[in-house]
Parts: sequence; C-alpha cells; structure tokens
Amino acid sequence: MNRTYELMFIVRPDMVEEDQDKLISTLQSAVTSSGGQVKNVERMGKRRLAYTVRKFHDGIYVLLTVEGSGGLIHELERRLRVTEPVIKFLTVRIDEEQKRLEKIKAIRDARRKASPAPAASEAAGEAPAVTA
Amino acid sequence: MAEETRTAPAAEAPSGDRPDRGERRPPRPGGGRGEGGPGGRKYFRRKKVCKFCVEKIEAINYKDIRLLAQFVAESGKIVPRRLTGVCTPHQRRLSTAIKQARNIALLPFAGRAS
Repeated sequence: MNRTYELMFIVRPDMVEEDQDKLISTLQSAVTSSGGQVKNVERMGKRRLAYTVRKFHDGIYVLLTVEGSGGLIHELERRLRVTEPVIKFLTVRIDEEQKRLEKIKAIRDARRKASPAPAASEAAGEAPAVTA
Repeated sequence: MAEETRTAPAAEAPSGDRPDRGERRPPRPGGGRGEGGPGGRKYFRRKKVCKFCVEKIEAINYKDIRLLAQFVAESGKIVPRRLTGVCTPHQRRLSTAIKQARNIALLPFAGRAS
C-alpha cells in the first residue's frame, strides 16, 4: 500500500549545513531501507516562526516528499521525534488531494476543448439581458 | 445569519449597527460589502462570491501562506464564511489548510505572526 506523503520539519536555526545534509541522508536511507522512495527534497531555508517553538524564533524548514507505507511514516516520525535538532514536524498525506486535482484538471481541459464556442455565445446572450 | 447577510439586498437596515459588523478588519477577499452608504435603505449589497470558485483556485495548500493569510484575521482567527463569502466546500479545505499551517508554525495560533 503505497501512499505519497509530505514530510515537513523544522530544525533549529543554528544547525550547520553539513549536519542538515547528514540528517536528510539518514532519513533518506531509512526510507529506502523500508521499501519507500524519496521523491523530492526541498530546503525552504530559514524562516521566521509564527510563534516560539522551544525558545526559537526562527527555524530552517525542510520538505521531503516520500512515497511509502504508513509504517514507514511511523518510523520516520519516531526518528524525527528523537532527533534533538528537529524542533517541529508535520506529515501530510497528499496522494488523494493530487488525484482530486488531476481529476478536476482533466475535466476542465475536456470542457475547454469541447466547447469554446458555446461559452462565447452564452456570454453574448447574457449581455443584452443585463442591459435590458 | 448567513442567509441574512448575503441575500436581502434592499430591505435590510444599513450595516454597521449589528454586533458582528462593528469591528473593522483589513480588506476581505470576495468581500464587496463596503460601507453602508448614506442612504442605507437603497444601498444594494453586492452578493459575495467565493474567491476560490471565481478564480478557479483548486489547490488550497498549507504551504501557500500568502493565500491563507487573507482568510486569517489579525488575531489569528479564521475569518468566518459569512464575512468572506467563501463557499462551504472551500471553507472546509481552507480551514484544514490553515490548521496545518498553524501546526508547522507558518501561521500563528493567536496574535500576529512576528
């Protein structure tokens, strides 16, 4: 059962680049060892936090897109919880949302292709009615 | 309450004297409510429309803070549907996204993001 998740976490602002790399690569190896796949790694850089977290006002945001099972996510979250420099994390399941968006997009594309003319005539028909 | 605000174009009393209208907030998306105008009775309140339906925004993501911040009051609260005009399905997605953003410290739970 493979699902797509977005794993966003915040590490403390004074963490050096190498340590971040190390942390990300350990997470990646954890993912691959349990049959998952890391689709994307995005470092969103240092940002100001909306509220204080563990006495920090800023944090370095990292976003991982992971494909895998729920057990894998459980393991990743456990790791993040015990990793000291990680101050906050959030996992969001995104595959269903993606599916929904694709569906809507497909419908829209089909509609656009099928009927550019009727839409125009409809608009033309509407205009006089408003002025009348 | 919601029905009252969105329909009833001319028959309603001028806005401003009702408790939920008293506070002034920064301009609201899809608002179009504006001030009551001097001739309150004749003032036609434009029907509010859902920003997401009009602009065909389908993805309401917790990372899109700029979008979400439009629907969060200064106090950090989610602005109710009756004030913004967002339709129910979109408001539902919106509130989930705002809550997720709060969880990861992108938006504040209370007060200004500072």
